[in-house]
Amino acid sequence: MDLYVVVLVEMLYGVASLILISAGLAIVFGMIKVINLAHGEFMMMGGYATITAVNLGVNVFVAMLVIAPVVVGLIGLVVERLVIRHLYGRLVDTMLATWGLSLFFIGLATMIFGNTTTGISTPIPGFAIGDYQVNGYNFFIIVVSALLLVAMLAVLKGTRAGLVARGTMQRPDMAAALGYSPDRVYMATFFCGSALSGLAGAVLAPLVGLVPTSGGAYIAKAFITVIAGGPSLVAGLFASASFFGAVNQIFTFAISPVVGEVALLVAAVALLRILPQGVTGTFFKGKL
Amino acid sequence: MSLNRRTFVSSAAAVASASMLPRAAMAADGIKLGSILDTSGIFDAYGTPMDMAMRLAVNEINAAGGLLGMQVEVVAYDTQSDMALYSQYGQQLTRQDQVDVVHGGILSASREAIRQTMRKSRTLYFYNVLYEGGVCDRNIFINGVTPAQQVEALVPYAMGKSGNAVYILAADYNYGQITARWIQKFVADNGGETVGVDFFPLDVSDFGSTIAKIQTIGPDLVIAPLVGGAHLSFFRQWAAAGMKDRIPLASTTMGVGNEHKVLTPEEGNGIMVAYNYSQELDTPANNAFKDRWSAEYGDSSLIHEIAVSNYQGVMTWAEAVRQAGSLDREAVIAALETGLSIGGPAGTVTVDPKTHHAVLDVHIMEIEDQGMRVIETLPQRQPIDTQAVCDLQANPDDNTQYEIQI
Repeated sequence: MDLYVVVLVEMLYGVASLILISAGLAIVFGMIKVINLAHGEFMMMGGYATITAVNLGVNVFVAMLVIAPVVVGLIGLVVERLVIRHLYGRLVDTMLATWGLSLFFIGLATMIFGNTTTGISTPIPGFAIGDYQVNGYNFFIIVVSALLLVAMLAVLKGTRAGLVARGTMQRPDMAAALGYSPDRVYMATFFCGSALSGLAGAVLAPLVGLVPTSGGAYIAKAFITVIAGGPSLVAGLFASASFFGAVNQIFTFAISPVVGEVALLVAAVALLRILPQGVTGTFFKGKL
Repeated sequence: MSLNRRTFVSSAAAVASASMLPRAAMAADGIKLGSILDTSGIFDAYGTPMDMAMRLAVNEINAAGGLLGMQVEVVAYDTQSDMALYSQYGQQLTRQDQVDVVHGGILSASREAIRQTMRKSRTLYFYNVLYEGGVCDRNIFINGVTPAQQVEALVPYAMGKSGNAVYILAADYNYGQITARWIQKFVADNGGETVGVDFFPLDVSDFGSTIAKIQTIGPDLVIAPLVGGAHLSFFRQWAAAGMKDRIPLASTTMGVGNEHKVLTPEEGNGIMVAYNYSQELDTPANNAFKDRWSAEYGDSSLIHEIAVSNYQGVMTWAEAVRQAGSLDREAVIAALETGLSIGGPAGTVTVDPKTHHAVLDVHIMEIEDQGMRVIETLPQRQPIDTQAVCDLQANPDDNTQYEIQI
């Protein structure tokens, strides 16, 4: 019985971490159609921002939830003004440009922080479920991801800013005619996407050993999740992350971690063969 | 100045013949030691201290009057953690620089990239890194610990402190696979049982379900030959789940690149390891070595296992040149094959004539407050894994890396 609870927690955690690492990309790729290959590096920078802040004596939760998203969001803002804004609507060109950016950020982080592994320890102690010890930090990640989804939904659906953003994504010319500057809206959206990437990197930082090339480990999973999710931002993210997270953790638990990774990729290929428009291209159509 | 065909041809010929001056004409200006290491890129945490150690060794040799009355000159190349550059710089060292000896290579892949070049050009080669064992080649000398030397010492100690049921978590490439097989063998030899083995690709950084799975099986001990930054997450998540005080942990890799300094004391304390070197080794030789390193570089915190191996490799070669009284490859090999010993920072290192590997001290240690506390020293362990398959005395033309069958 305890074991089932533990497996369930691990599955929830798997789903939550996929949501977390994909949320920033879902906004940047799903809304403004920029293929951001530097997404992993934005996460990496979030991690370094957290570690640096903690080492300077800042409370770890403040560092993770405030400092890292703001820092990475500002970096994203600079990147958007200098590079990305010239490339809206040019899908392949954004891919090349952001790939270059990712190499640049890896180089920069290597120069500043060196190539050695760094990290901080988890701020939440483990606790017992029956006979099993569970990482207490997993619950923190589950909670953060759940709040993130709710917040995304609330902002996009419930606020005027969300409405303007959605409208601009659909018809920039119409939004402009109504007096909203699409340029400013894109900029703000890219800032939010970058900040979410930074948040993800920050929240995952205490679980991993961070090196400048760490971002590469996330990028494939993030793209798979977002693309398989389909056109609906929040529903798609939730649906595909749940599916892949569950598949990955079940196979990891039942067989081995290698099989778990393979199962995730096989599931992605199968899913995109059956539903080429992504999950929300067929189900939950028209939902956000 | 106008350049007609005749003057061009003659001046070109002069340039060409000058560049083809025989080696003997240039030998008078010193002895050339070639070094080939990754001092930038993703392996620089290993390579940079190795490079510092090599230069320290050469400076000490030169300060003591050099070798055979000549100064030793370093010809070093940075391979930038790029395996393709190893072949290129390997060729350059042997053909253009015509060095007398080459020290270097970090990953097994980099060693294999240059080993044949060194063999063909008859350039003596030292590989000074702990590795998976089995290389059998008369031209190469290896002084890092092999899995048998390490695991043979670590397993009985760790089992004695915990129990007989062992769970293995290993990196999924040749080092991890081969080391896991050795662990299984020594667990069985010590009357224990391996209750589970899991392999992880190098980029896996989420160990949550593995940690739950280990708890369902309930081993007495976990041994983890995990490699690299992503795998460091395991030690972190293991501690975060509160498992550290429930099931003891041992590793064959934790700390080789000073990883234990990244973990907090709460995460790292109590992990059992076995190596040839630890900064905490309290011997006169090591204390003197650390002082010399600090005098040269200001701070001794970068010293790690394979930096010391590299230092000991250079010193072993220097001692062999002194004993041979010559730089000739055959004479130096003959001197090394007498079972030559040096006293290094990590204790006595003796060349095993049969395998060209090293007989050395292995220290069983526990990680304590970001250091490695020495618990027990096992003096002069033989490289029994390679000895079982390799005999260069009986078969000097051998040129294989044996996969060890258990």
